[in-house]
Amino acid sequence: MALEECGYITREELEQFGLFPSEERFKQGPVAVIECIQEIPCNPCEAACPRNAIQIGAPITTLPMLNEKLCTGCGICIAKCPGLAIFTVDKTYSGDEATVSFPYEYVPLPVKDEIVEAVNRVGEVVCKGRIIKVLNPKAYDRTPVVTVAIEKEFADEVRSMKRK
Amino acid sequence: MISKEIVIAGAGPAGLAAAIEAAKAGAKEVLVVDLNLKPGGQLFKQIHKFFGSSAHRSGTRGIDIGNQLLTEAKEYGVEIWVNSAAVGLFHDRIISIEKGLDSGEKELVNIQAQKIILATGASENVVRFKGWTLPGIMGAGAAQTMINVNRVKPGNKVVMLGSGNVGLIVSYQLMQAGCDVVALIEAAPKIGGYGVHAAKIRRAGVPIYTSHTIIEAKGTERVSEVVIAELDRSWNPIPGTEKVLEADVVTLAAGLKPISDLVRLHDLKCVYNAAFGGWVPKHDRNMESTQPGIYVVGDTTGVEEANTALEEGRLAGVAAAERLGYLTQTDASALKDDIWERLDGLRMGPFGEKRMVAKNQILAAFPECAK
Repeated sequence: MALEECGYITREELEQFGLFPSEERFKQGPVAVIECIQEIPCNPCEAACPRNAIQIGAPITTLPMLNEKLCTGCGICIAKCPGLAIFTVDKTYSGDEATVSFPYEYVPLPVKDEIVEAVNRVGEVVCKGRIIKVLNPKAYDRTPVVTVAIEKEFADEVRSMKRK
Repeated sequence: MISKEIVIAGAGPAGLAAAIEAAKAGAKEVLVVDLNLKPGGQLFKQIHKFFGSSAHRSGTRGIDIGNQLLTEAKEYGVEIWVNSAAVGLFHDRIISIEKGLDSGEKELVNIQAQKIILATGASENVVRFKGWTLPGIMGAGAAQTMINVNRVKPGNKVVMLGSGNVGLIVSYQLMQAGCDVVALIEAAPKIGGYGVHAAKIRRAGVPIYTSHTIIEAKGTERVSEVVIAELDRSWNPIPGTEKVLEADVVTLAAGLKPISDLVRLHDLKCVYNAAFGGWVPKHDRNMESTQPGIYVVGDTTGVEEANTALEEGRLAGVAAAERLGYLTQTDASALKDDIWERLDGLRMGPFGEKRMVAKNQILAAFPECAK
């Protein structure tokens, strides 16, 4: 497992665990990507989803499963995941751009319209990104969620931004 | 000599949870002593959101759990002495406390307790390599105290040794504090802690070198360079694989071991358990040790994490209150069953399994040794 040896998840691993949304679902708009493939005792994402799209059940170590039909990609689960392992991806954002929303607990926070360096799961810069929004309401409990617009082809790769 | 119903050594998650449960059940003289200046144990360093069940404060940051526990303890009338170390444990449940006074002086207070709960936690292991005593080289827990409690950066460029959850989480927090983590070094071929913690620091650009170790730290005034090398399958450095990393801080996250000084002072029967970090006191399902009326909880009974420490503390608090007559057997059993169900949940999965096995071994060994 790349995650155990190298510390990052691969798309293949996500697919293997049934955690990578289908292309059909991506075509319909924003959707959550839950990058959690180890059975750890944790379930706040399940209660976080207002549409019950995330299921864990018992025991608490069961992997989360996303019901992609119920998921609206609202992103509430992003800040609720203690592992910071949930993202939302919108491949329908515009003709040539997709957006990726990710948790970002560093200061300074980026600001709207800022151009940042978007990074992949290994921290490598893959492209430039434009900040669409930065949400940091009280309910997120100090886990701001940043949404960045990037070229569509990098939507499955980009998962954060380079720290400033 | 004064007397108390319950005296608890250690005001971390386990000790506070025990105190709250016992006081909630009706125990009136519950005293928690802690040698630190503030109660809360390691909770106030834990600025990240905790895993666990959403029914039990998971997703809450450790620091906030600490504050909630202190509020509850106050609500239920729990007495807390800080700057006060438990220095002696005698027969018939007499515990000696070196009590810190407002004047700055210390006063030795002997307390006759009806029940004693030991929640003394764990201490960090060190790793020795050439140059390991240079300034700038410290335990990961020390670095975490500096940044999250005292708000002082230990330096700018950090090499972290150890990829358990402590190594991964403190690496992340060092970056949040504005440090660069140059590399994380792990001797084993696989990352020890949770993948989600590893993934967080990887996407922040931290390389993780598995099957590597630190050969030497160099520097004059303080560490300035760290030499790492790859390890073969027998854990020996492979000549020619050395790399030099520029760093002014090295943090060691090589595991913890239970603090068992009090346990040994009173000859509580112990057992060696590698999965739990060393010698741990035997106990039953009430967390009662081989000395009747003395309970052991949290990392003292085997290094785990804050959630299990909280639950074990609750267990001992309920059991002690039951023995003191504040809970009926039926009510206590119901509470304890709930707690055990949660504990079992926390010890499941590939990461929890080893601890589940270890805990079951300790529980299974208890009946004979108690005689």
